[in-house]
Amino acid sequence: MRAHTTATRSAVLLVLALSVVSTAVPALAEDARVEAARKEGKVVWYTSLALSSSEKVAKLFEAAYPGIKVEVQRTGSERILQRVMQEVQANLKLVDVIHTSDAGHFVLLKEKKHLLKYTPAGADAFPPGFKDTAGYYYGLRATVNAIAYNTKIVTAAEAPKTWKDLLDPKWKGKLVTAHPGYSGVIATHVLALVQLHGWDYWKQLAQNRVMLVQSAVDPAGVVASGERPVAVDGGDYTFYQSKKKGNPVEIVYPKEGVPVVISPSAIAAWAPHPNAAKLFTDFTFSREVQQALADSEGLYTGHPGVRYPADKPRLSDLKLLQVDPEELQKRNDEIKKRFVEFFGA
Amino acid sequence: MDRSLPVWVLAALALVLLMALPLGWLGYASVSGEGGATLGHYRQVFTDGALQKALWNTAVLAFWVGLASLALGAPMAWLTARTDLPCKRLIRGLILASFVTPPFLGAFAWVMLAGPNAGLLNKLYRSLTGADDPLLNVFSMPGLIFVVAIYTFPYVFIMIANTLELIPSDVEEAAAILGASRFRVALTVTLPMVLPAILSGFILAVLQALALFGSPAILALPAGFHTITTQIWALFQYPPKVEMAAAFSVPLLLATALLLALQKRLLGRRGYAAIGGKGGQRRRIPLGPWRLPALAACLGVMACSIFLPYAILAKAAFARAWAQPLTADNLTLANFGFTFQQSSTQAAILNTLELGILTACVGAGLAALLAYVVNRKLVLGHQALAFLTLAPVAIPGVVLAVALFVTYTRPPLQLYGSLAILFVAYLTKEMPVGYSQSDATFKGVHPELEEAGRILGAGRLRVLGEITAPLARSGIIATWCFIFIGVIRELSASIILFTPNTKVISVVIFDLKEEGEFGAIAVLGLFMLGMTFAAVVLMQTLLGRDFVGAKE
Repeated sequence: MRAHTTATRSAVLLVLALSVVSTAVPALAEDARVEAARKEGKVVWYTSLALSSSEKVAKLFEAAYPGIKVEVQRTGSERILQRVMQEVQANLKLVDVIHTSDAGHFVLLKEKKHLLKYTPAGADAFPPGFKDTAGYYYGLRATVNAIAYNTKIVTAAEAPKTWKDLLDPKWKGKLVTAHPGYSGVIATHVLALVQLHGWDYWKQLAQNRVMLVQSAVDPAGVVASGERPVAVDGGDYTFYQSKKKGNPVEIVYPKEGVPVVISPSAIAAWAPHPNAAKLFTDFTFSREVQQALADSEGLYTGHPGVRYPADKPRLSDLKLLQVDPEELQKRNDEIKKRFVEFFGA
Repeated sequence: MDRSLPVWVLAALALVLLMALPLGWLGYASVSGEGGATLGHYRQVFTDGALQKALWNTAVLAFWVGLASLALGAPMAWLTARTDLPCKRLIRGLILASFVTPPFLGAFAWVMLAGPNAGLLNKLYRSLTGADDPLLNVFSMPGLIFVVAIYTFPYVFIMIANTLELIPSDVEEAAAILGASRFRVALTVTLPMVLPAILSGFILAVLQALALFGSPAILALPAGFHTITTQIWALFQYPPKVEMAAAFSVPLLLATALLLALQKRLLGRRGYAAIGGKGGQRRRIPLGPWRLPALAACLGVMACSIFLPYAILAKAAFARAWAQPLTADNLTLANFGFTFQQSSTQAAILNTLELGILTACVGAGLAALLAYVVNRKLVLGHQALAFLTLAPVAIPGVVLAVALFVTYTRPPLQLYGSLAILFVAYLTKEMPVGYSQSDATFKGVHPELEEAGRILGAGRLRVLGEITAPLARSGIIATWCFIFIGVIRELSASIILFTPNTKVISVVIFDLKEEGEFGAIAVLGLFMLGMTFAAVVLMQTLLGRDFVGAKE
């Protein structure tokens, strides 16, 4: 009996002690972490997230951690890879956090040992598609490719409903596409549709004299201005944002399925500001930021706690076309080459 | 032995290092394969259908731009230099503005003006005529030629106007007194005298069009065709095909060499020094009833290159949606905040200024020295020097950039990642312009004045300092200005050589363009124009005259 009470008491004490330690130590550790990051002063972020969205995330971080600047270097996914590899070759250590929409990049970067193994706080709970099994990169956000049209020029009845509808010659000179040589969202999209309909789809689409832009963000602008009434691809979040701003844009999620693009984020192995990089990465994967990405930017995320705007379709309601990152990495050259072959540039 | 020799030799050496190094690398890369030397890249360049198409497109573009520039530039030069056209100062000022307007900014503005569907002019045309088809389509070869030509013709204009200003009209008057008609005088007396300038202007315009990257990237790529420069740029995407790109740029280099040789042959050995110690007078030809139509034509051209593009940029800068009318709803200042609050914008502005001033100072000095050396034949192989100096015109900035990238990412000179590599690129790239400008300056300063000094016992350096330099002063300041303006708008080399810590304004604009951020581009573009015009005004104040035109 007596032994029992002692045991109970010591167990209670132990639990108490543990709980004290587990609250006090993280707080202390957190302070030290922030202090170390603040000493580094900034974090350099190569990002393919649309500029306005990237800047918004940067401002949120700078407000949460005064004294640590975020240097946003926004360009297309494929340009980011080119840049990173150029800098590796020149032995320049400039980038801290790499974020592109071409998951194949991270297969390559991991293989070449350019990534730091780091799991953002809370990212363990993300669904499988958002996690590298070896723990080097995690999906920061997701978008799906969709068709969009200008409602002032095209009626809902006329509007294309499926990817194959876009092959109709009546759309000649009326379409715009972004470029897989620039955008990871589009590189993923091209491969997904090749897997669905074959290269023939792209070959036929090119017959419709499609206007070529670079970023997957740009088709939204082109459609809103009316320069081309229909976009054959582009991140649905950019169309969503354009529509929210009052532009005459409507989004079509084709029934054949929509290519889903999960955009990973990772820390460079040589990051010049490693502490700030980790702090920033944790911050971007936090519920607060992930929710902000969903709310104001119209993105999907892997965070299980995030709620989505009522006017966005749920991912679970869409038929998603998945692309394997390894496959994407392997066929990167083929995608760009054949696209250019069909579209001319 | 002349004591000044070391100075010339050093200047020449600096040039050789600056030019020959990247050129050498280019040649080396173009024949290097995985298994040693190979001609495979060249074989591919001339057999690959896509690359051939790019070659052909470039030839078409350059030729028509040259011709169109001549058609625009030559009459306007003659009108402003030799006739009683009203508002000459204004016209010259506008041409200067078009000369300093970054072509990619013009191209961008023309997307908003003449995009086949959303373009303002096409909308206007449709609403007036009820037509379905657009009036203009900038996303096409003719569109590209047009947009490039309206920013390239000032090269022809400057060449011809400057020459006309220098040639005294007494020879023409002599012909007139001897009974030749006005037309005959123009054809047999004036034309031969300005022919060198016309040809130089044409060749300069062609070379500009050959090396241009921004305008084709903005207008040709959306239409699904490449020029050599955009193709080379595309070859550098990951995984980079540097050797192919190098091989692909050699035809460009050869084309320039050929053009320059042709120019030399056409001009023969005739000297055209027209400013000597002797005076000369220029009389104005009365246009009579053609005064106003001529003015209207000039203003029409300027509307295309200045009024309309600037207006649409200004509109886009203050608009939420550039394609919609500028109603109260659509009016905003948000573009300004968005642009200037960006972390990369402010650094880019400082970088651009620093590089502009540094390159202009070093470049103007070097160009003046080299032009002097070549004109006075001071060292052996001075013709080779002239060729080396002019050669970078033929190297698309993109290629030059990659050559520099490879040259300066390895010891002993590791410049990549710092502003130094951009400085070297700009200096190399601006040498042809700087050199041409200085060359014209020294061609215009007849050696007889220097010879007088030498005869009176002064050394070469003293003559240079006390006679030549003062005579060439305004020319050198103009060179400084040319280089500064060229640098702050440079895009094609910067786009490869920049690193996040060395971004320049043009790169920021290009990044924004690829994302379709029209408002921000307009804001930054106007800012860049502001900087450019500040430089122009400063220089004109210092010079006390227009540098594209006459002493009035």
